[in-house]
Parts: sequence; C-alpha cells; structure tokens
Amino acid sequence: MQSNAALEYDYTVAKLFTYVTILFGFLGMLVGTILALQLAFPELNYLIGEYGTFSRLRPVHTNTVIFGFTVSGVFATWYYFAQRVLKVSMAESKFLMIMGKAHFWVYFIGALIATITLVFGISAGKEYAQYEWWIDIVIVIIWLMWGVNIFGMIGIRREKVLYVSIWYYLACFLGIAMLYLFNNASIPTYFMTDGLGSINHSVSMYSGTNDALVQWWYGHNAVAFGFTVPIVGMIYYFLPKESGQAIYSYKLSLLSFWGLMFVYLWAGSHHLLWSTVPDWMQTMGSAFSIVLILPSWGSAINMLLTMKGEWNQLAENPLIKFMVIASTFYMLSTIEGPIQAIKSVNAIAHFTDWIPGHVHDGVLGWVVFMTMAALFHMAPRMWKKEIYSKKLMGIQFWMQTTAVVLYFTSMWVAGITQGMMWRAVDEYGNLVYSFIDTVTVLHPYYVIRGISGVLYLAGFILFAYNMYKTITAGRKLTEEPQFRTPMA
Amino acid sequence: MFFHWLEKNPFYFALMVSIVISFAGLLEIVPNFASAARPLSTTTPRTVLELAGKNVYIKDNCIACHSQMIRPFKSETDRYGKYSLSGEYAYDRPFLWGSKRTGPDLHRVGNYRTTDWHENHMLNPPAIVPGSIMPAYKHQFTNVADIETAYAEAVTVKNAFFTPYGPEFKRTRKAWEAHRPKVLEDAKKIAADMKDEGVKKMIANGEVPEIVALIAYLNSLK
Repeated sequence: MQSNAALEYDYTVAKLFTYVTILFGFLGMLVGTILALQLAFPELNYLIGEYGTFSRLRPVHTNTVIFGFTVSGVFATWYYFAQRVLKVSMAESKFLMIMGKAHFWVYFIGALIATITLVFGISAGKEYAQYEWWIDIVIVIIWLMWGVNIFGMIGIRREKVLYVSIWYYLACFLGIAMLYLFNNASIPTYFMTDGLGSINHSVSMYSGTNDALVQWWYGHNAVAFGFTVPIVGMIYYFLPKESGQAIYSYKLSLLSFWGLMFVYLWAGSHHLLWSTVPDWMQTMGSAFSIVLILPSWGSAINMLLTMKGEWNQLAENPLIKFMVIASTFYMLSTIEGPIQAIKSVNAIAHFTDWIPGHVHDGVLGWVVFMTMAALFHMAPRMWKKEIYSKKLMGIQFWMQTTAVVLYFTSMWVAGITQGMMWRAVDEYGNLVYSFIDTVTVLHPYYVIRGISGVLYLAGFILFAYNMYKTITAGRKLTEEPQFRTPMA
Repeated sequence: MFFHWLEKNPFYFALMVSIVISFAGLLEIVPNFASAARPLSTTTPRTVLELAGKNVYIKDNCIACHSQMIRPFKSETDRYGKYSLSGEYAYDRPFLWGSKRTGPDLHRVGNYRTTDWHENHMLNPPAIVPGSIMPAYKHQFTNVADIETAYAEAVTVKNAFFTPYGPEFKRTRKAWEAHRPKVLEDAKKIAADMKDEGVKKMIANGEVPEIVALIAYLNSLK
C-alpha cells in the first residue's frame, strides 16, 4: 500500500454518502432510543397516533440502521478507498462519475420513500425484509448501480492485485444480491387478479417452514454480508492507513476471508432451533455457528496483532481507540453468538432480550464504531481540513462505550431472567409465573437500556457535530496527511 | 499459488466467492423443501376475513413482540398448548413465527381467548392485564380492513401455489363482488360478540373494521 501522490482522487460521491450516513445514523438511533424508552414507559407509544406505536416503529429503526446508516456507510467508504487501492480516480471516467452520482440520488430518494411506507404499515411481513415488492425492485436497481461502479473501477484499475478490503466489498455485493433476491421473491396480488385490491401487497414464494428457512438464511446472512463482511473490509483498509502498520498476516487474512465465506451461510438455521425445521438443519446451524468463531476471531486477531509494538498509539490517537475497541466488540459478539447457538443455551435465550442485547453489542460496538472511525479518517483527506476537536472525540468515545456496556449487560440480565422465569416450575411441576410476571420484572433493565440509548445517541450527535465543524471550520491542511489523522 | 492468481483476476474471484457462498443455501434449504411445504390433513386455508386480519397483524407488526411458535418444552406446552407442527404453517405466506416474546406466544391463542376479551384488550391492554406494556390499538376500531386485497391474495395463492380454495375464487371483479357478502357475513358473526356500536355500524355500511378482521384471524389460531 504505497502512497501515490501523482493521482488526484475525486471524492464527490463519497462526500454525498458521508452526509447521509450521518443523517440516517441519527434517525435510526433516534427511533431506536424512542423504542427503548417505550418499553420502559409505555405511555410514549401515543406520541403520533397509530404511526408511533412500538410495533410500527420497530421496522423503521431496523431498516433505517441497516439499509440507511450501514449501507450508506459502506457506499461512502467504497467510493473513498476503492479509488485509492485500485489506483484510479473517479474523475478519470465520466461514465462512472455520472453513475456514481445517479447511484447516490436514486439511493437517497428511494431510502426516504421506503422509510415512509414502513410508517404507514405497508409491509411484506418478514423481519428485516419488510419492504413491499416494488421497493424491492428499486433496491435491486440501487444495488446493481453500485455493482456498475465496483466492476467499472476494477475494470480500469492500475493496481492489478486486489487488496483484502476489495475482497470483502465484492463479497458484500455478491452475497447481499443473492440473499435479497431469493428471500424477497414474491408475487404481487394486484397483477394475479384483474386489478383487485391494493398494489402494495404481495405473497411470499415460500410458505411456512420453508419461508422461515429462507428468511433466516437471509436474515442471518444479511447480518453477515451487511454488518460483518464490509465492516471487516473497512478495518482492513483504515487500521493500517491510520496506524502506519502493515497488516500482520496475509495468511490469516486469507484463512479468515475464505473461512467466513464458506461457514457463515450455514449458520442461519440457528435462528430456528427447537422450531419445526428438520432437526438435522438445526444441528448443522448450531455446529457451524461454533466453527464460525475461527474466521471471525481470525480477522479480529489479525487486527490486534497489526498493532503489535505500536500500542502507544492507543493512548495517543482516539481513532485507533475506536478501531481497537470495535475489533474487541467484534470478538465479544462473535463468541456470544455461537454460545447462543448451542441448543441448550438457545432454549433459554431465544425469544428473550438477550438476543437484541447480542445484536446491539455487535452493531453499536462494532459496526457503528468502525464506520464512525472510517468517516473521521476520511474527512481530513476529502475536505483537506483538520479534525475539529480531539477532545470531543474522546468524550464521545467514553459516552458511547459506556452506553454499549450498559446496553448489553442490562439485556443479558433481562434475557436470562426472563428465560429462567418462563420455565420455572414449583415442586408439583406447575409453572410458577404467569407471563405478565416475566414482563414487569424487566422494567429496571428496560430503564437502563433507555438510558444507554440516550447516551449513545448523544455521543452520535457529538460525532455529527464534530464532523460538521471539521467540514465548515476545521483548520486548512496544505498537504494530505500520511497516516495519523491530524486533529485539533 | 492459486490465491495469488485469483486476486489478480476479479472475474474468477467473484465466481469463486459466489460458488463458496452458495453451498450452504443449496444443501440446507433444498433437500426438505417439498416435504416442509406439505400441510397436515386437518389444516385448511384461511377465509378471506382471516386473511384480511392476518394483513392487519402484519400492518401493525404484531410480530415485533409476539411469536407463533410453541417449542417442544413442557414449560411451553403447559403455557400455550400443543407444540407447533410444520404442516400447520403450510398455508402461511409469509410465516409469522416471530423472534421475540415481549408478549406471549399467540400460535394457539384462539383456544383460550375470546372475541370479547380481544375487544377489551386491544382498547386498553393494562386494564385487562395489569402491568402490561402493550400499547392500545384504538385505530383498528375505525380503520377499514382491506378485504378486497385479502380476496386477491386468496386467488393468487390458489392459482400460483394450488392452495385449495373453492372454484368460486376467480380473478375477476365479478367473482369478488359475489364473494363479498360472505366476508361481511363472517364479520357480522364476530361483531355480534362485540359491544362497540361503531364497529357494527361500519359493517352495516358494508365496511369491515380492522379489529373485526384481526379478531377473526386471532380466533382462527388454534
């Protein structure tokens, strides 16, 4: 990864996606915080009539965070680093430039419309795949437009060898395309009749148990190829660039990448343990979830070893701090997941708050931390300005780290408490608790989670403010920083 | 070395990734596909009113807090009834098993809750279950359920997936107009057990409130 000063990179599209990453991050986390508070204080369900209930807002939160924040973060970083590792500028191809801008606008407007349909309850009913059929088509188009850029840039590249990050983004593109197409396959009822009823309705191509299998093959691996694969790709680029250290091991990168590609997709059926899917699939999902620790920890350890002998940077550079803690939360989350996928543990954990707890230590601790670090690294190079405040960054770091810890600890306790209460029996074998007992007992944990949400959101607002000030009022840089991001 | 070569050839790289990630889906989903789609001998497709109710269930996203999957544990069968069987779901598009129980499982709620109970509960859950954190769904008493779309759904699954709906289910508007009184009849039966006057008035005017369709659906979960 040598620097190439001769080439002027064009960040127009990367900048656009950076803005919306921040916007959707804020919106998604705001709605998430409202949801957390609604569970603690149900009166908050009535803020905006039928559109403000927990149930109606939950898909708005999940989809905004997945398809809004994370995906635009992936696009923003792609349009930034792809030029640099492939050694071509976006400005060199008029076609790619126009397609890039079109990609952004179709994405942005599409995402806004899609979010509105969810508020109105237009839903295909599958978790994380609620969008109705015509939005699915728009999403496929958006995805293909990204594909045009990926393969276009690769097609005109000067650096012949594809860097590790490119592998991961390529896999993200291919994986999501496959999963999304199969899982959202559905038939619009309007066209199967003489125009009867609403155009906003479709039926799934699969039914019952099959639908569940396809859905969780998708649901689990949308996590894989949206929340893991491109984020690993990000850290493979940004950690060496920020620290000035080369990746510790090529062989470990190779093993982790191909291992992840092969193993991850098998694990989907661990969402269906003890359900009506055949036993052998459940066992398969369980077993491969355990195997999945290897490639996951492989990447994380590769990152930590990259910092070997340079740990002083952890104290000096908040961005290194963000990335190292992101790897650490990734390790936590990828050991927690396999534990939950063990059948006997799953019997207690499934359906409880331990599951959202697990999701959030992964997403808040890993995905969001890594994405913010990437954007912080990119800002001075795209706008040629120094980061506005190192101090704010430090405050933000501790606020959000505290928030993540509060989130998962409270949800661990809540989940295991509830799971144990559901199955508690007295000496005669009768159930001890009615269902409502197992709800009211969670109140304190829901309050703690609400506080954690407020804290995390506040940290994100600090991040947005710091970015805004960097762009508008940061000190001008005369030349591009080599490694460590300059900050005031 | 193979991987060095691969990293210089994006097309083959992408091909290789595609092959490696396809394995799991093919080997896990395909083998049992046909048998997993088979209904129990006692499973029947839902009526149009129940389908409309299922669509209200999806619209208000009940799945965010309620599962429809009773696992084979004594603690679950004691609480909710017989454990769930694959064939019972054969006509469910999409499946609505859920992944979180902030509220209780509903797969057999029709066995132990009544129309009257649901009516009161949806208006004010904590009044029926003290300590409940479920929000009220008052808007379902005034919103109109989309029974025409539900009919279109029945016709669609009949034609596309051979779901056993009767010969009167045809794709024409005429067939729908002929079927409509049957749906209103079903709705009237539900509303007879309710005390809300507005609901009855709406049905008399030929409109089905969402709550009636939803209760019809919940009652069918057995």
